[in-house]
Amino acid sequence: MSRTLTIVMLYPAEMNIYGDHGNLEFLTRRAELYGFTVNTVAYEPGDRLPDNVDIILGGGGQDSGQTKITDDLVKLAPTLHKLAQDGVPMLVICGLYQLFGHYFLTTDGVKIPGIGLFDAHTTAGDERLIGNIMTEWEGYQLVGYENHSGLTHLNDGQAAFASVLKGAGNNGQDTTEGARIYNVFGSYLHGPLLPKNPKLADELLLLAAKRRFNDTILNFQNDHAKKTLQLLDNLAEKARLIAIARSR
Amino acid sequence: MVSKASRLRGGHGSALPGLVVEKVSPHFLRDALAQLPYGVVVISGTNGKTTTTKIVVELLRAAGLKVFTNPSGSNFTRGIASVAALEMKRGRLDADIAVVELDEAHAVHFVRQVPPKYSLILNVLRDQLDRFGEIDTTAKLLAQIAERTTGTVVLNREDPLVATIPAGKKVYFGYSGSVAELFPNDDELYGAKKRSPPGKLAATVTLDGLDGSLATFNIGSAELLLRGAHNALNAAAALALVREILGDRFSAEESLQALSQIRPAFGRGESFMINGQPLELILVKNPSGFRISLASQNNARAATMIAINDQYADGRDMSWLWDVDFSILPSVEMVSGVRAYDMALRLETSGVDVRMVETDLPAAIDTFLTKNIGHDRPMQLYATYTAMLKIRKALKARRQT
Repeated sequence: MSRTLTIVMLYPAEMNIYGDHGNLEFLTRRAELYGFTVNTVAYEPGDRLPDNVDIILGGGGQDSGQTKITDDLVKLAPTLHKLAQDGVPMLVICGLYQLFGHYFLTTDGVKIPGIGLFDAHTTAGDERLIGNIMTEWEGYQLVGYENHSGLTHLNDGQAAFASVLKGAGNNGQDTTEGARIYNVFGSYLHGPLLPKNPKLADELLLLAAKRRFNDTILNFQNDHAKKTLQLLDNLAEKARLIAIARSR
Repeated sequence: MVSKASRLRGGHGSALPGLVVEKVSPHFLRDALAQLPYGVVVISGTNGKTTTTKIVVELLRAAGLKVFTNPSGSNFTRGIASVAALEMKRGRLDADIAVVELDEAHAVHFVRQVPPKYSLILNVLRDQLDRFGEIDTTAKLLAQIAERTTGTVVLNREDPLVATIPAGKKVYFGYSGSVAELFPNDDELYGAKKRSPPGKLAATVTLDGLDGSLATFNIGSAELLLRGAHNALNAAAALALVREILGDRFSAEESLQALSQIRPAFGRGESFMINGQPLELILVKNPSGFRISLASQNNARAATMIAINDQYADGRDMSWLWDVDFSILPSVEMVSGVRAYDMALRLETSGVDVRMVETDLPAAIDTFLTKNIGHDRPMQLYATYTAMLKIRKALKARRQT
């Protein structure tokens, strides 16, 4: 019996600025090596979400891109809240991370509404926070690259996704990075995030597999798949070590 | 006098003499360039500046003009002032026209001091967002160049962000018909948008066909030494600009003849012969440039090496590698550079077989050449800017031994 996972990429046309496609490609490849059939869906404004959503990914966009998708995102908000409460794993980076909070306040004082899944808000800052970044998530070092001017503040009770070891993170002040609620992760890390941090990719897959198939572990599809996964992990580990050693 | 002072410092292309003259005479550059009978030409955009500038300069020289230009690498105002200082004769710049290549941010600084008579805006693509922040911001910078241009602005009809730049007098270059397929746009990678058909605005020069090295334009054909579809389009841009500058003196036939003699600029698709085997060195610096190079330059038989560094000039953020579709490559023999493992991971994720990874560039070049020489296989080497410089040095050293 085919075990299918449906992975939805939100607004790939507008929200894809920093190699966000890489998260989808890496996650899809790993899922296939673990024996899943992957159905990837590009969701654009006006589309209908598929019925069996297993994982949702979203990326960053330019200011103009964010404006173009806002109306649709607000319409989609109740569905996204329901899916989040239902345990659907989601990973949103940069621009969509910001819009998963309550609002984004631009330099002109315009409040772009978010969906309020994270109890957080973002204010446009004066300078761009740019550079290599390292954070700690459940004892694992996440490595990536950040490039944002928005400063995100988490309200009391909103858990951060990770804590900053090097770099700016949410706002450069409180050492928090990203946000997490249910199985929804928001982060400023691109690079992209999943290829650089395969443990997080596996976490998303396992959460999805538990929910859909009651799986408790991820199994290699076969020996060849096992070897390929080991190769990818080996390359990722070396890429991580180099990234960690690079200056900000 | 300024010229003598700066000559003491020496160093062609270095910014130091420029610093001196800027201190001595802040209007030095404006005054020097204001005397030129044909005025100043600014060429900017994300991709193709160096090659296009080279084509424009050589076409103008072929038409008999004395051209002042900035060597690539000194592409900022102070660098241009340096070169100008070195070329002054009796207080005058000995030239008919100045053609300068400037990146988007430096161009804005330059045109505030020296309003150009002509400008050419090639494209605006995602490139080194760690420097410029956003594409829309870059487009705004380019619009300022057009605004300060006193004569004609030449724009790329096929780039929506460029075609819509407002200007007093503007003309377009572009492509037509099936040539469009050679130019995927940035947003297409995600399957969301289809390839854009040629624009509807009237263009003065269009690339109408490319068959191997034979480029056909609406004004005639030429066999090119420059490789790749992007360079054929750069040639169309240069022809459109030169046509504006020369006016009645423009001869399509002579320009196309001159065009066919032009060799690639430093590190931009240069060919080397290593022990009788051809090696192409291709500079890559952003997703669209890499993708167009892969599509137009890739040879399925060739042995491929890719070298990725992450200095400022290369782009410090590796995310862009994931915006390139590498599945066209059957395999890659060698991956090198500081960020070799980022590149290898990106390739293997797409199922492109990577044979060797070696972060040390000279060692990687050695191994790559040793493995491939004597196998009657062309070699192609894609490299980011600082990696390209190192590779070039290694290849030159090798050629001399």
